[in-house]
Amino acid sequence: MLLHAIFFYLFAGVTVASAVMVIAARNPVHSVLFLILAFVNAAGLFVLMGAEFLAWILIIVYVGAVALLFLSVVMMLDVDFTALRRGVLSYLPVGVLIGAVLLVELLIIVGAWVVGPDVAKAITAPIPPPAQVSNTQALGLVLYTNYIYFFQTAGIILLVAMIGAIVLTLHHKPNVRRQIIAHQVARSKATAIEIVKVKSGQGLP
Amino acid sequence: MNTAMNAATTIGLGHYLSVAAIVFTLGVLGIFLNRKNVVIILMSIELILLAVNINLVAFSSFLGDIVGQVYALIVLTVAAAEAAIGLAILVAYFRNRGSIAVEDIDLLKG
Repeated sequence: MLLHAIFFYLFAGVTVASAVMVIAARNPVHSVLFLILAFVNAAGLFVLMGAEFLAWILIIVYVGAVALLFLSVVMMLDVDFTALRRGVLSYLPVGVLIGAVLLVELLIIVGAWVVGPDVAKAITAPIPPPAQVSNTQALGLVLYTNYIYFFQTAGIILLVAMIGAIVLTLHHKPNVRRQIIAHQVARSKATAIEIVKVKSGQGLP
Repeated sequence: MNTAMNAATTIGLGHYLSVAAIVFTLGVLGIFLNRKNVVIILMSIELILLAVNINLVAFSSFLGDIVGQVYALIVLTVAAAEAAIGLAILVAYFRNRGSIAVEDIDLLKG
């Protein structure tokens, strides 16, 4: 129990600290790296809660794909990021005020909240004992049966996002000659070569 | 003293919800502070979605219902799609205008 508490405070502390650094770092590359740290430690929190599959997905999808996407875009854009940070201090009072109000409200809700008496009856898919069914298997047993439409919708969302991202960023430069295989194959002798009669001793003009 | 120690070492639902609340607030604060930088705003949105995921998994774990983790998976999917589309729009906008400052994005203001 004590070990659980120690690891909870470690993961939670690093998650919150790196979340602070994400919004406070001067260099956006540092922000992305702190975002990765926050995601990894949140994955540690997921492991503590017994959601191993989501922890791995968080690392693979967020750290492996999304954060590196951010990193490559930040490095690719030739933008003066220090100019974009000017005026941060003028927004600080309002931001801190609204953030403090929001945080106090949320913590009051968390402190005063109790589980209702009817919640135990409303559980649709109880988690099986981890000794018999692993978390991944339990998730799959529910996801591919009762929630198959959610799964399909998630797939369609990813497909639309992929097509949209490609359409948005695909960029044809006007003066680039591309290989068109159909034109190459359709060449005939009449279009490909030209026979010129050259008088001997004169050469071409 | 002993009860305080117990409350600190027995990690319950409230602890995880508090972490999620703090991360959520930091995400909102990030949107307020970095109003000019779209990249940081997108990262703040990722932080907010991470807080939502922590909430979903915490409730799923402590109430013993695995559907919360299914929803967390869907949220993760939408977050990944949102990041990809957002960054694609950012790259296309930068290619057209040569700037990503938020206050330059007012062409539709009329």
